[in-house]
Amino acid sequence: MLWLPALVALGLIVLPVIGLVVRAPWSRFGALVTSESALSALGLSLRTATVSTLLCVMFGGPLAVVLARGAVPGLRFLRSVVLLPLVLPPVVGGLALLYLLGISGFAGYALDVAFGVRVPFTTAAVVLAQTFVAMPFLVVSLEGALRTGGERYESIAATLGATPLTVLRRITVPLVLPGLGSGTVLSFARCLGEFGATIAFAGSLQGVTRTLPLEIYLEREVDPDGAIALSLVLVVVAIVVIVVGRPRSLPGLR
Amino acid sequence: MTRRLTVVLITVLALAGCGGAPAAQARIPVTVLAGASLKAVFTTLKPQFEAANPDADLRFSFGGSDDLAQQIVNGAPADVFASANDTQMNVVQDKGKAAGTPVPFVSNVLTMVVPPGNPKSIHSFADLAKPDVTEVVAAPQVPCGAATTKIEQLTKIKLSPASEEQDVLSVLSKVESRDADAGVVYVTDARSAAGKVQEIDFPEASQAVNTYPIVAINNAPHARLAQAFVAFVRGPAAQQQFAAAGFGPA
Repeated sequence: MLWLPALVALGLIVLPVIGLVVRAPWSRFGALVTSESALSALGLSLRTATVSTLLCVMFGGPLAVVLARGAVPGLRFLRSVVLLPLVLPPVVGGLALLYLLGISGFAGYALDVAFGVRVPFTTAAVVLAQTFVAMPFLVVSLEGALRTGGERYESIAATLGATPLTVLRRITVPLVLPGLGSGTVLSFARCLGEFGATIAFAGSLQGVTRTLPLEIYLEREVDPDGAIALSLVLVVVAIVVIVVGRPRSLPGLR
Repeated sequence: MTRRLTVVLITVLALAGCGGAPAAQARIPVTVLAGASLKAVFTTLKPQFEAANPDADLRFSFGGSDDLAQQIVNGAPADVFASANDTQMNVVQDKGKAAGTPVPFVSNVLTMVVPPGNPKSIHSFADLAKPDVTEVVAAPQVPCGAATTKIEQLTKIKLSPASEEQDVLSVLSKVESRDADAGVVYVTDARSAAGKVQEIDFPEASQAVNTYPIVAINNAPHARLAQAFVAFVRGPAAQQQFAAAGFGPA
């Protein structure tokens, strides 16, 4: 008797997308998605999401290792803190970033005084917002893989004389590769869809901070058809990312 | 477990029963869909209107006029539509949803807002274009941004804003947080944030006045009260409240 609720769940995910497809302005589709503003937004989204995902891997990877292997007191608490961006409404995250790195925030004020650097309204702000919201996806996936893998092989390798670097390269990383892969894909997808934190923290300017979700939301004001067409582009990109970028064994997510 | 559930159910039913008790003085709900900028004044007008029309239970839905127009076109229950611009009123009219001709009831003009103390000494619209001024405007796709663009064209002053925000409130908040040195918003928005931002009026604003139309909706469930509300907002008592909030006469 599981099939009925399962169908409801699946329908809730799939039917709205079908709604978009049915309502899409197919005759003008090409023109709508190749407009200058649409292409600019798509390009910006792909560039910023790539950089943000790299940052997630560079910094979130080590954080996952620390959380999975570390023996520091308060680790359980830290694990919950990492989930914060997942739970907070993105717009709250954006405001938090603004009141840290904006001119009224202590870090933003210090940056401005020391280096004359202002973060809001820049592409860097978009990347920061995306990294903020996407980080938990990477950390949680990778940490899960590290914990399931356990430390057995690592300690045995060490007793056989492998240096810590060799252990990391030959044992740890290959073991968690599926988890790392799915975490990366999920982070990238989350970056692509980021809206609330970006609009609150980075602003909205074509080519600089107006990513595809922001362009969709703005286009809705003047041309709902254009917004639908761009939404479909985002749906297609998301599907491509999940299908193509998904590692052979997404069960790493298990 | 079952007993506990029963107790909860009985409590809920009892509470529901209490809520429905005074059916004798049932009032007629009048649903007004209004542009977000009208929220403050409409809310203060509610008791006055209900005092004059004791059988009316005024209910508001505030939002972007474009969203509201779409809701009306798609059949949302509505008695009155007060739009922040003619464009969205035309959408409702074109679909045959307006009962009669929409009438203008207030107007709104642009102004500049700066952080208190005006640190970048901005005094004219041209000052916004100075290279060391970080200005934020609304995107041309939204009414406030369209009016800003119109003034840019008329004055031949080209702004290069740090951001074109989705709505007026986002412009205000960027100035309030001092991340922007200046912003262009409506006078009523500037008044609502008085104390947190300083308002700098500029004469060119009079060339892009935005008029708000209001109309009763066709087949409104409560047409008589809908018309009464339309008349009320154009009356002297309401107009006084609008003027206090920074709105101009229609």
